[in-house]
Amino acid sequence: MLKNLRVKTSKFIDETINVSFKFNGKTYYGFKGDTLASALLSNDIHLVGRSFKYHRPRGIMTAGSEEPNAIVQTNKNTAFTEPNVRATEIEIYEGLEASSQNCWPSVSFDIGGINNFLSPLLPAGFYYKTFMWPASFWEKYEYVIRHSAGLGKSPTEPDPDIYDHRYIHCDVLVIGAGITGIMAAKTAAKNNLKTLLLDEKTELGGSTIFQDSDHVKINDQSSSTWLENEITELEKLDNLEIKTRTSVAAYHGYNYLLARENLTDHLPKSEKQNKIRQRLLKIRAKKVIVATGSLERPLVFNNNDRPGIMLSSAIKRYADYYGVATGQKNIFFTNNDTAYENVIALNKKGINVEAIVDIRENSNSEFTKTVESLGIKIYKNHTVVDTHGYKKLNKISIMELSKDGQSFASLNKITLDCDCLGMAGGWTPAVHLFTQSGGKLKFRDKDQVFIPNNYPSEQISIGSCNGDFELDEIINNTSKSLKEFLSVNKTDYDNLDIKCPKDKAIRNIWLLPSDKVLGKTKPFVDYQNDATANDIKLALREGFRSIEHVKRYTTTGMGTDQGKLGNMHALGIIADTAGVKVGELGTTTFRPPYTPLTFGTMVGRNVGEYFDAFRRTPMNDWHNENKAEFENVGQWKRAWYYPKNKETMHEAVQRESKAARDSAGILDASTLGKIDIQGTDASEFLNRVYTNAWSKLAIGKCRYGLMLNEDGMVYDDGVTTRLDENHYIMTTTTGGAANVLGKLEDYLQTEWSELDVYLSSVTDHYATASVCGPNSKKILNKIIPDLDLSDENFPHMSFKNAKIGNIKCRVMRISFTGEHSYEINVQANFGKTLWEKCMEAGQEFKITPYGTETMHLLRAEKGFIIVGQDTDGTMTPIDLQMDWIVSKKKYDFIGKRSLYRSDTMKEDRKQLVGLVTDNPSEVLEEGAQIVANTSTTPVEMLGHVTSSYYSPNLNKSIALAVVRGGKNMMGQKLFIPMENKNINVTIVDPVFFDKENVRLNA
Amino acid sequence: MFLITCPYCGEREQSEFKAGGEAHIERPKQPTELSDSEWAEYLFMRKNIKGIQLERWNHTHGCRKWFNAVRDTGNDEIKAIYKMGEKPPII
Repeated sequence: MLKNLRVKTSKFIDETINVSFKFNGKTYYGFKGDTLASALLSNDIHLVGRSFKYHRPRGIMTAGSEEPNAIVQTNKNTAFTEPNVRATEIEIYEGLEASSQNCWPSVSFDIGGINNFLSPLLPAGFYYKTFMWPASFWEKYEYVIRHSAGLGKSPTEPDPDIYDHRYIHCDVLVIGAGITGIMAAKTAAKNNLKTLLLDEKTELGGSTIFQDSDHVKINDQSSSTWLENEITELEKLDNLEIKTRTSVAAYHGYNYLLARENLTDHLPKSEKQNKIRQRLLKIRAKKVIVATGSLERPLVFNNNDRPGIMLSSAIKRYADYYGVATGQKNIFFTNNDTAYENVIALNKKGINVEAIVDIRENSNSEFTKTVESLGIKIYKNHTVVDTHGYKKLNKISIMELSKDGQSFASLNKITLDCDCLGMAGGWTPAVHLFTQSGGKLKFRDKDQVFIPNNYPSEQISIGSCNGDFELDEIINNTSKSLKEFLSVNKTDYDNLDIKCPKDKAIRNIWLLPSDKVLGKTKPFVDYQNDATANDIKLALREGFRSIEHVKRYTTTGMGTDQGKLGNMHALGIIADTAGVKVGELGTTTFRPPYTPLTFGTMVGRNVGEYFDAFRRTPMNDWHNENKAEFENVGQWKRAWYYPKNKETMHEAVQRESKAARDSAGILDASTLGKIDIQGTDASEFLNRVYTNAWSKLAIGKCRYGLMLNEDGMVYDDGVTTRLDENHYIMTTTTGGAANVLGKLEDYLQTEWSELDVYLSSVTDHYATASVCGPNSKKILNKIIPDLDLSDENFPHMSFKNAKIGNIKCRVMRISFTGEHSYEINVQANFGKTLWEKCMEAGQEFKITPYGTETMHLLRAEKGFIIVGQDTDGTMTPIDLQMDWIVSKKKYDFIGKRSLYRSDTMKEDRKQLVGLVTDNPSEVLEEGAQIVANTSTTPVEMLGHVTSSYYSPNLNKSIALAVVRGGKNMMGQKLFIPMENKNINVTIVDPVFFDKENVRLNA
Repeated sequence: MFLITCPYCGEREQSEFKAGGEAHIERPKQPTELSDSEWAEYLFMRKNIKGIQLERWNHTHGCRKWFNAVRDTGNDEIKAIYKMGEKPPII
């Protein structure tokens, strides 16, 4: 039978409501209000996990988000499972199942524990040093290493929970609802400022709310009673929003903060359903008040990690807040007065404290005297040199310190029975969020803390996160700061009668001495990553100096807790060893999130079909009804191919490609970018943006244009049509539309503001059907009988306004397939009608709808490039063998000068060529490398395949490729090395089909 | 994320804007008359300073207008905003 370690009723715990939960498969009970940690401790369970590297038994160390050891997996083997959750933060609920991580077969018998005995063989950098050779073995090592180390297991199923995002704008954001946070929120809200108060805990009031000390009084009340009244007053205020269970994850520039609000994690399983689990708050605050408090420091001594060794403040919180005694034979180990204060609190609850081990020689504060008067043994000037008990602490050994604190006054060793040791190593201000916001720290020597130095935005830090630790200075400084920061004349805290004992004596020794040699000890600095003081010293001996390097080499501070407990000790030990001051070392960088965020929270509602916005053409319904497969092109959903009777993609594309050339095909081209260009300088503008000449383009004519970047590389292409004297319509690639418009606007607004030109995107305003093939003319004639389609009236590369019934349309006779073809543009809402009319008229010619894949194949047969597929931002028009489109006469156009740079004129640049395979049925892989010989190593890569298809119209495999110096290699044999074979290819002209363009006018 | 005051629309989130690099780099009027290295100077060379930098921004998801900003790249503070064609304010 397990002991129940509840000591006394706590008002924060509802003892009338029993909550059952499972831990490592066994059922336990706690009360409503318990965390998993407090419930386990009340059941006398300290051992909850195994350490990362040595698999040492580890227990609960803290009572908050800084917990390094007690991290568990919840609801294992379900879709709701979550790894690496701090037991100190999970509120228990009916149905909770939690289990230990990083142990096998069980937490109390873990095979990996053998690493502890091998630890002399596992120093810092062990993996780097050992598994370097031979390099090819790494994959094998990695498999074993990954399985023996690690935290929890990622869920394998999609997360069924609902997450949400919310934007909040406020005048004042207060982070932390401890005593100073409450003061700040009340002052702000009372002064008509829209205020938001956040706290990661369940209750407001921080650690003051369970403070019941006779030594600490405000206006003759206990500080908790005083604060309770303040909270009651605060909750009455109007322009204030309070959120508990809400942890600020990130503090970015311009007072933009992200916080995670936990909404259902504490509810019984049955009440969680269909509710939002967590919400990401995106906060813009005019002013931010950081009141995040401070974290107690552990002490670094040999074997300071056994289950039962905790922070002294955690022991107090478990006793005062949760009503749980964490031990029967408690000993406190301290370097300051905190432990004494906590001992008095425990004594008040009737919890036995055996002794205090104090590394200070003297302390004469009120707290010390009270503890002495309680008859509790105090070992002054003593340090713990070792601890005992494998799965649970049972003894500690102490010795008297020498004057300098680096060794011992005598060799006398005292052994004390102890099942719970409270470490009180002083306090570290929680400056994480402040530094995330860009703030710099300064080091205060007298109590060895880093505190805020400057504020990079409208913000202040108040209370212990700003280095104020005594109640009177906390309240008085906070009141003063609030008045200045919020520009108010007075606060409710100007004339309080504050009583608190004063004694700041602290004796700071970062690494306490041991009677054993350094190599034989385990003084942990980072509990979660199993980094010891010895590892840090080793790193220094091996030449690492920068704190950032030592951190990465030893992994100190790189766990999920980001070293909230141990980072200061790491700095201190480095400083002591290297003989510099801590303040000179600086700190490592704290990065968001402060505590881990779930992916669900970050993603919010943007999952599945809501992941990204998508665009559909007006003909989309028709494509759907006709079973098209779709492909994503940018945000567009484009019909890819239309499989018939269980055709494969290949079969469908072959059929479509053949049909388009044999009779007629139709393509939905609505997604092409369309920019309407108007203004008296429109022609001049086009002259400057395209490589070819535009001034002489007649009204009603179309022209293909290539657009470069200033570096001479191809940026986009498309056909532009002159609709009128000062009116053009430009088409762009589907993916490039937005960027092209942006680029053109850039030139117009910044370089050529003298031009009278107006641009407007009309991509969504028109729907476009492209009808091609030898029968396209007959089809068009059926739809628009009164349009003269003769070559004289309507030649290739020209445009006509026409009407299909009452529908106005623009018809361009242009071609991307090499066939006689027409692009018909109508107002978008007539898109489906247009399409259906074409299908109906084309029925007798077996008009075949084709998708993007067939379009790609057909244009590749003609050697037409696709910008972004055959080009990659390093191809000039000359590289593409498109010299014909670059005007020699024009004085200037975007990118012209770059075409004459020595680099772009080199002969051996990669150039676009065609490839045919020796075996005509072998289709190359796009992206495959091209080589000339493999006899010399490294093998020289000459280029790669950019487009590759099996052409049903030529009955052979064709490909486009870029090859170094390819232009002058016509007919040359090269090969393509694949996994199992080499494929022989020959360089040919990139135009494979109808080189004379006979079909355009057929 | 910055808050940027578009001179035409007012204060908006950074996500509405696109950064356009260093400001006041004028496109040469007669590029063909420049040597390779002079052209390279225009094409590639940017200051990328830590401190006060004049830079171009575009309100892409708003009015589509380009404008200039004076930003301290050390702390991301935007000290001034001015329109295209205007002289940078003295900071």
